Amino acid sequence: MNRFAKFLASAAVLITAPLAAQTTAITGGKVVIGDGSAPIDGGTVLIRNDRVVAAGANIAIPADARRIDATGKWVTPGLFAGFSRIGLVEVGAVTQTNDMNASASPFSAALDVQYAINPFASPVAVNRAAGVTRAVVSPSTANSIFAGYGAIVDLGEDENPITRARAFQFVELGETGQSRAGGSRSASHIHFRALLEEARTYARNPALFDSDLLKASDAKALLPVINGSTKLLVHVESANDILKVLDLRKDFPALDIVLVGANEGWRVANHIAAAGVPVLASALSDLPYGFEDLAATQSNIGRMKDAGVKVAIGMINDRDAHQLRYSVQYAGNLVALNKVPRATGLTWDEAFAAISSVPAEIMDMGGQLGSLKAGRQADVVIWNGDPLELSTQVETVIIDGVDQSLSNRQMRLRDRYRDPAPGALPNAYDH
Amino acid sequence: MKLRVMLALVAGGSLVAGCAATASDTNSASTATPVKSSKSSDTAFPSTYSAYPSTPTAITGVTIFDGEGGRIDNGTVFMTAGKISSVGGPETTIPADATVIDGSGKYVTPGIIDVHSHLGDYPTPSVAAHSDGNEATSPVTPEVWAEHSVWPQDPGFSRAMANGGITALQILPGSANLFGGRSVTLKNVPGRTVQAMKFPGAPYGMKMACGENPKRVYGGRNRMPSTRMGSLALNRQTWIDAQEYRSKRDDAKPPKRDLGKETLAGVLDGEILVHNHCYRADEMAQIIDMSKEFGYKVTAFHHAVESYKIADILAREGICSAVWADWWGFKMEAYDAIPENAALLQNAGACVIVHSDDENQIQRLNQEAAKALADGRAMGLEISDAQAIQWITYNPAKAMGIEKMTGSLKTGKMADLVLWNGNPLSVYARPEKVWIDGALMFDSGDPKRRPVSDFELGQPGEGDVK
Repeated sequence: MNRFAKFLASAAVLITAPLAAQTTAITGGKVVIGDGSAPIDGGTVLIRNDRVVAAGANIAIPADARRIDATGKWVTPGLFAGFSRIGLVEVGAVTQTNDMNASASPFSAALDVQYAINPFASPVAVNRAAGVTRAVVSPSTANSIFAGYGAIVDLGEDENPITRARAFQFVELGETGQSRAGGSRSASHIHFRALLEEARTYARNPALFDSDLLKASDAKALLPVINGSTKLLVHVESANDILKVLDLRKDFPALDIVLVGANEGWRVANHIAAAGVPVLASALSDLPYGFEDLAATQSNIGRMKDAGVKVAIGMINDRDAHQLRYSVQYAGNLVALNKVPRATGLTWDEAFAAISSVPAEIMDMGGQLGSLKAGRQADVVIWNGDPLELSTQVETVIIDGVDQSLSNRQMRLRDRYRDPAPGALPNAYDH
Repeated sequence: MKLRVMLALVAGGSLVAGCAATASDTNSASTATPVKSSKSSDTAFPSTYSAYPSTPTAITGVTIFDGEGGRIDNGTVFMTAGKISSVGGPETTIPADATVIDGSGKYVTPGIIDVHSHLGDYPTPSVAAHSDGNEATSPVTPEVWAEHSVWPQDPGFSRAMANGGITALQILPGSANLFGGRSVTLKNVPGRTVQAMKFPGAPYGMKMACGENPKRVYGGRNRMPSTRMGSLALNRQTWIDAQEYRSKRDDAKPPKRDLGKETLAGVLDGEILVHNHCYRADEMAQIIDMSKEFGYKVTAFHHAVESYKIADILAREGICSAVWADWWGFKMEAYDAIPENAALLQNAGACVIVHSDDENQIQRLNQEAAKALADGRAMGLEISDAQAIQWITYNPAKAMGIEKMTGSLKTGKMADLVLWNGNPLSVYARPEKVWIDGALMFDSGDPKRRPVSDFELGQPGEGDVK
């Protein structure tokens, strides 16, 4: 090991990482716009400052543009994780580093992940190196059916991870919800309705608000849910629970609902489509973990899509704080289903959209994120092959137009132990 | 996918199984004719499995990964009477009456084998009534047998076959205890009873665990072990007692049968294989020294996320590492996991197994191997596709002591194999057909040729592609 050379290399990274944004042309690659359209061979992606200027064939390149030759490579939008807990956890079982929920807090809906998300957490660096550039970050529930506010984040190495704070409220209304509410779905639904009514009471006269059910902060947090200005992400899995959630709009017509999980969504896909409710679905869930998942199948997403549901891949409760890099594998598996008799998958183009533009659109950020269309934030990844294939590696990650370091502590450990037996000095001196 | 087993363990405490089996003292061995204790249980709960009917079948024009690192392009596999009859190139002769399957554009591998599964003992639906994987009432329970917890109707077995091509698997007790109990090796064939699934002739394994789980479970109850040093002390004292039991077995007046010590003596006899859950490199090194102190061998370290730090030692000691491709960060002892672990071990000449410990990833061990292979290649290591297939076929078979019967496509071995509709190291490939002992147990093109468990009958999604 040449430690000095490695030191120089890492020092160089430190110096060049905050490279000033400029005009960059990524040329010659197979360009995936991410909106479900077919890849474009020999395309160009043009970035100015933090935005995509243009992507596709026959793009004029300014003379002063920095050029990145991507010949033989694939160029795509960064991956957009449709549901995650990234940045909320360093080590899952080390409670001091786990900010997903707060079982001893008196608050619920008012809890806000923007204060907990740590852009310097190692899962952020690991998943950034795998091409994940944006994520929906949700809290999880503890003592209430409501978990609090979630956010949209970027995985850039800078200190400002929040793309949109208070992007949604998260609520559990399936098996977890009945448990949180005290033991029945009757309880979870009355809990939901009662808390929203309390929030209305609060709105009528905040000064006089005094509720046994709800703190003023939580009531305040639920108001934008009632009027639809804040999205409501609802975790349910079973067909019946999904139908009951769709029915909530009879009482609260402005709710802006997004279903999360929805393992049995295919059974009621027509209802979901008719309601115009989008879904952040688990991709490969095919076991009856609980009785709410009896009909789980990997064909769920494909069948919902065929029924007209807007559906993206999310990873609820599925290593969602550490392994967003599975997004590409999951999308690839949905493509694999096309060759399985009786199964319903996604086309390659649809599958990639399910981890880029569609989750962005579901979060109402398709105009800013998730694709390489003109005007989008310049989150770009260069891969050495088909991004959904297991053998493919990430070569370059750009977030908001800024080149990102791909280094992380997993790589450092790998390099230290490439030859594990200690040399003239113990391994601890290899750095 | 929901990590319920692991989360339950992490949460700690509430895992106690409903059935509190204790060491039985109801059946003393005959005082007149001492029986070697580890053998006395060999006859208990025997396998009732026998191969299902098969027809002589050849697959031609297919790419073959033989499971021992070999690859044949445009190959032929012929099986008859439940055994592999021949494996070779296009010149391989096939009897006229054989069923011939055109395998062009497709791949054949041995049946995929998972050395670490909890199907049946932590089945789905994962309700408390089914939580049978940890006898977490004492840190030393070598007397329990995983097979007595296996629910044969776990729908996970069928998913593992249909999506993962799994033909054999080892069901282990969980990791709450230092000595978790005996494992059982199963053919992935549906059965009314677990005996109908037991792999005939497979040796037993014994589960051990080091690290965080035992000390958390028992330390939380103010019981030993609450520390890693407490774990080692309890481990060593248990081995000392086992040695004493073993030394008295052949006395004129042997000790009363002791279920736990029968298992431990079986390990000391070399007849029961040790599968040791152990994440950290430093702890593995200590377990190795303990095994030398008491004269047994660790067959495999499971969840060995830090094996790459001592790859040279593990290669020298001949101990396999059963690893995930890329799990990390869910607890402190998994913090230093790296995706190149498997490849670095292979590079050092150590035995590598890719395992699941998971009802979802058992459905795509081929993909997990492919990821581990890709990460190794990305750092410049040269590993062939066929070697990566060995991580999920021959190597686990070897660690389970069944490598002379299955795990590779060699003449005379069990016809346990998978026909894939593409390269199994590609994300786009799935099993098309799965044979176990020559019997076609899964055919993606035939809705009737897939298992549907009792639990799924009459339920939404019955018989679906899953």
